[in-house]
Amino acid sequence: MQPDISVKNLSKVYEDGFQALKGINLEINRGEIFALLGPNGAGKTTLISIICGIVNLTSGEAKASGYDIRKDYRKARAAIGLVPQELNTDSFETVWNAVSFSRGLFGKSPKPTHIEKVLKDLSLWDKRNNRIMSLSGGMKRRVMIAKALSHEPQILFLDEPTAGVDVELRRDMWEMVRKLRENGTTIILTTHYIEEAEEMADRIGVIRQGEIILVEEKDRLMSKLGKKELRLQLQAKLDKLPGELTLEPIELSEDGYELIYTFDSQQQQAGVARLLRTLGDLGIEYRDLQTRESSLEEIFVGLVHE
Amino acid sequence: MNLYGVRAIYNFEMARMKRTVMQSVLAPVISTCLYFVVFGSAIGSRMGDIDSISYGAYIIPGLVMLSLLMQSISNASFGIYMPKFSGTIYEVLSAPVSYVEVVLGYVGAAATKSVILGLIILATARLFVDYSVLHPIWMISFLILTSITFSLFGFIIGIWADGFEKLQIVPMMVVTPLVFLGGTFYSIDMLPEVWQTISLFNPVVYLISGFRWAFYGVSDVHVGISVGMTMVFMLGCMASIWWIFKTGYRLRS
Repeated sequence: MQPDISVKNLSKVYEDGFQALKGINLEINRGEIFALLGPNGAGKTTLISIICGIVNLTSGEAKASGYDIRKDYRKARAAIGLVPQELNTDSFETVWNAVSFSRGLFGKSPKPTHIEKVLKDLSLWDKRNNRIMSLSGGMKRRVMIAKALSHEPQILFLDEPTAGVDVELRRDMWEMVRKLRENGTTIILTTHYIEEAEEMADRIGVIRQGEIILVEEKDRLMSKLGKKELRLQLQAKLDKLPGELTLEPIELSEDGYELIYTFDSQQQQAGVARLLRTLGDLGIEYRDLQTRESSLEEIFVGLVHE
Repeated sequence: MNLYGVRAIYNFEMARMKRTVMQSVLAPVISTCLYFVVFGSAIGSRMGDIDSISYGAYIIPGLVMLSLLMQSISNASFGIYMPKFSGTIYEVLSAPVSYVEVVLGYVGAAATKSVILGLIILATARLFVDYSVLHPIWMISFLILTSITFSLFGFIIGIWADGFEKLQIVPMMVVTPLVFLGGTFYSIDMLPEVWQTISLFNPVVYLISGFRWAFYGVSDVHVGISVGMTMVFMLGCMASIWWIFKTGYRLRS
């Protein structure tokens, strides 16, 4: 299948000499939810801005929906809806006019039924005749999303969509993203909330200092890089680790009442069984045990700080 | 051609004028009326005719030009500066519109406003001063041509400006003096010869002279030269705008 976004050797050097992107290669498939993660200043917004036509690229090429973003900029841009990070809205316009304006700007004939649907989906219908300046921050964010969806884009960019947004709106937004995906929309989101990527994304890309350091299906990433941890609460205090256990990646908690054993998700139970057998042989009794998997957040922090 | 896009920008800008009717229509009309009252009715009655036209009537074309230039520049510069300032420009930059379409929308709306304003001022002037229009078609053509030219110029200023102060500098410090020294209140012939020559470097002289010719059939320079000079200035603005969009100057980094 043809990718919806295809970026080849894309570089960006700003006028002040700062190289924001260093030869990015990336393909995003039609209909998937792709989460782009990276620390502040890693180049996420620059990458999105180039694909959307807000920033000029220095070298390389990018295609959206199969169209080159420079040669076929009309077709490429018409396929894209963008919700930028900053809350930039026309204060004096009404919600209805602002959203209708966006549709026209993107070259679509007026279609009030679609605008109505978008506003209703985003719980903005009651506010349609309000001036945007009278809305709360969360409502303004909804207006930005409505503007991006006004022209029925095939690709939707959400740049930090849930920064500073309350729980309710975040949940609404996730719901909306799922619905859009069901209709075949490709969604690219950048976020600081890794749990969001963990919950929503099909694939995850990690960008660091202008380079894509990893692109992987979320589930594979979790199992490949994820660590598992087994904690055993002991009946009696241990003063130090018995010699038989020191070969394993195992630690004794400071109070001496807990053993913590970390292992790769992939190597599975072999190590656990061996550990439990050893403990039995040594006569170390335990009251309780838990296992947990590392979250995407921990994986991410591990990656970007490498 | 993305006509829906042009229309969206144009309508958005026209809606802005309706919201700010006090500032963008009423204020210039009132200030121009003050000129008519003071120079036309009060002082004008004691002044001799120029080129056998009463002084009150003589200054009308120049005063209309003054408002036209100021308002074209401020409308167009504000129109493009505000989205830059508020950040909403991202939407225009990411939209499938060419720069010609962006300019058509913004400059078209600014010029439309100026033409409407010019006609309102002319109608109000009739209340104070008796005047006639010898070549109405030419008069309207000059009105439209000047509005478009200076809206283009304002658009450039709006892109160049990175603060509200710069937005004001050019209309106040450059255009106002040029209009006052450009023969609004006098005929260039009345100046000493040196100043007559210097005046010919003032582009506004050609605008006012041509516009006055459309009213009364008298002019400081030949009307053909007036049209030509306005065209040259317009082409200059268009070339600058072409360069701005080609390089992304102050729009796309």
